[in-house]
Amino acid sequence: MNDFLSPAATALQKQFNAQVSEFRDEVTLTFAPDQVIPAATLLRDEFGFDILSAETAVDYYPQTSPRFHMVYIFYSTTTHQYINFRAALNGDNPVIATLESVYPNANWREREIWDLMGIKFEGHSDLRRIVLPPNWQGHPLRKDYPLGYEEVQHTFNFDDIDLRKPKGVRQP
Amino acid sequence: MGIDQKTGELGVVTTNLEKMVNWSRTNSMWPMLFGLACCAIEMMGAQASSYDMSRFGMELMRASPRQSDLMIVAGRVSQKMAPVLRNLYDMMPEPKWVIALGDCAACGGVFNNYAVVQGVDEIVPVDVYVSGCPPRPEGLINGVVLLHKKVTGEKFAKWK
Amino acid sequence: MREIQEFTLDDLRHLVSPRAISGETMVLNMGPQHPSTHGVLRLIVELDGEIVVNVIPDIGYLHTGIEKNMEAKTYQKAEVMTDRIDYMYTMGNNLVYCLAVEKLTGLKSPPRADAIRVILAELSRLQSHLLWIGTSALDLAAMSVFLYAMREREQVLDIFELCSGQRMMTTYIRPGGLWRDVPAEFESAVRALVNIMPKRIDEYESLLTKNPLFLDRTRGIGKIDTKTCLKMGVTGPTLRATGMPFDYRKANPYCGFEQYDFEIPTQTSGDIYGRYLVRVAEMRQSVRIIEQALNKLPYGPVRDNNRKFVPPPRSEIGVSMEALIHHFKLWTEGFTPPVGSVYTAVESPRGEMGVFLESDGSPKPYRIHYRTPSVVLLQALPLMAKGHFVADLVGIIGSIDIVLGDTDR
Repeated sequence: MNDFLSPAATALQKQFNAQVSEFRDEVTLTFAPDQVIPAATLLRDEFGFDILSAETAVDYYPQTSPRFHMVYIFYSTTTHQYINFRAALNGDNPVIATLESVYPNANWREREIWDLMGIKFEGHSDLRRIVLPPNWQGHPLRKDYPLGYEEVQHTFNFDDIDLRKPKGVRQP
Repeated sequence: MGIDQKTGELGVVTTNLEKMVNWSRTNSMWPMLFGLACCAIEMMGAQASSYDMSRFGMELMRASPRQSDLMIVAGRVSQKMAPVLRNLYDMMPEPKWVIALGDCAACGGVFNNYAVVQGVDEIVPVDVYVSGCPPRPEGLINGVVLLHKKVTGEKFAKWK
Repeated sequence: MREIQEFTLDDLRHLVSPRAISGETMVLNMGPQHPSTHGVLRLIVELDGEIVVNVIPDIGYLHTGIEKNMEAKTYQKAEVMTDRIDYMYTMGNNLVYCLAVEKLTGLKSPPRADAIRVILAELSRLQSHLLWIGTSALDLAAMSVFLYAMREREQVLDIFELCSGQRMMTTYIRPGGLWRDVPAEFESAVRALVNIMPKRIDEYESLLTKNPLFLDRTRGIGKIDTKTCLKMGVTGPTLRATGMPFDYRKANPYCGFEQYDFEIPTQTSGDIYGRYLVRVAEMRQSVRIIEQALNKLPYGPVRDNNRKFVPPPRSEIGVSMEALIHHFKLWTEGFTPPVGSVYTAVESPRGEMGVFLESDGSPKPYRIHYRTPSVVLLQALPLMAKGHFVADLVGIIGSIDIVLGDTDR
């Protein structure tokens, strides 16, 4: 942890009771889900982390509590440092407050996480599906959703699969 | 001993109707702009200076489906795009042909998952498949020449 | 039969102005198939006559499920899918993936591989900017620039084919270095390109920079200021055109960029013309970096020696038993990095492109997420386009240089 990050990390750790961990020169602070918004506001106003680089979620399927980890990555253009936040959510009804009021960038990112992972964001202005068709069922990036792998046609099963595959015709 | 040998230099040629219609169809087939992903960049490269597709009659790409007769599906077709593709195909007037450019349009390509349609022939009937990821512009030109050969062999009986 | 799933004006009630609901303004669709939306992007435009009141982008027409598909393959096989995410900066996708894997596993790539990576990444940037200048000028009806730019682009693609056999999706940059060393003709081919490029860039400038039609269509249109850019997370030429000299190659250098001497071009106007000037200046700086890297190209190996992660050269397999076993383990099972998560970012021609990689000790990536710049650029589009004509909207989309493969992944 270098001199640029330690004031921010120690202040946040003390104020919000976060756990600090380091891996390959990257600092990660783990919070409780309702502490993320005040911590992010403090980070932006006092320590000058002005860009929300990425916001994503990880699914640890066979464990149900916690099942999801929300990951936030912030960057400061003045000190050129990255800092990561993590928040753990449960599997049965994952809800967390939206970061949109602090960083407007988070709007589409949270829509994507809702679409692909199924985590709801409270207070989001426009929570609907973004990359999948509007009436798709399910959340594909979860670990219990199948990949949708189609059987490969080799010579020995070519005709069997050909009978099952839909074919486009000139008139519908 | 045809009429043209008797008339000499009058500038008259004789042929049959099928050959003339097929000749006019192949020499001015206008593709519709349907570049979806990476193969669209190679299609643009084939249209540009070094591998010029205008030599083969495809002088310009029409954006409107009502004014084109060839649809080159270049790129991966996702589940959200599939009904749009079918709609555009239905809007094209007869006669129309389809070239599936690249592996993703032919068979799903590298992506064998929930989001990509495994081969655009599940949605529209395809005449020529061009393989490659992405195929070289010469590959696309080869596909176009093959389509021309197919069209010159068409007969009246097949035209509904 | 699949039906098109539509949303009605009711669903968009919270996004359009009240005048649309009362019928005073029109809500039109600039559909997924359109000659100037650079791919399959759908825009729902609310118009008052010809003036744009609101723009609502609708993405997802190119969603490929790459992130989920990469979780099902080993690290080496998953790299093939990364090329196709941002298909205009192909070497860059591989580069950022390899930097993330190297950070996670602790591999180091040797100096010769670093220098060649820099040359290839800058050539990729040059190729992306050439395609950008061709297509955005084509949108504004300057067609001859397209033909000239594609002629140069063919030369760059010839160099890629010389190294790796493929014009675009090369997968040449691998974790630990490169796939194999560059052939002998590489240096002369790159030097030939570097010698003619400055004159060609002057040619493009002579066609566009002082052209009164181009100036009328681009000056004062699509303005955005620095504070909005930072709030929306926009970086890259769009941010540099508003006046902030910020570049990841200088701020967090990777692959030895700190040894090369180059400038960060900026403008202060923040409109389409400013972005055009910034990108043309970036092309010149790229040529400068390539020349310096080529002059300083050191000798040495091109892959790391750590055989647990990097395959041994083919010549050793016939002679050494350990090399055979390493090769076998790497191809059947794959390598296993330690448990943890990393984030690395590089400067792509559109902004910050980063990879978040989390591993749980198995040979397949547990979670990989690409942070791509086109998402934030499209999110900032409504802020740039309010109050302009529809024809200007076309110019603005061309100037921010989005790639739809980036947006939907």
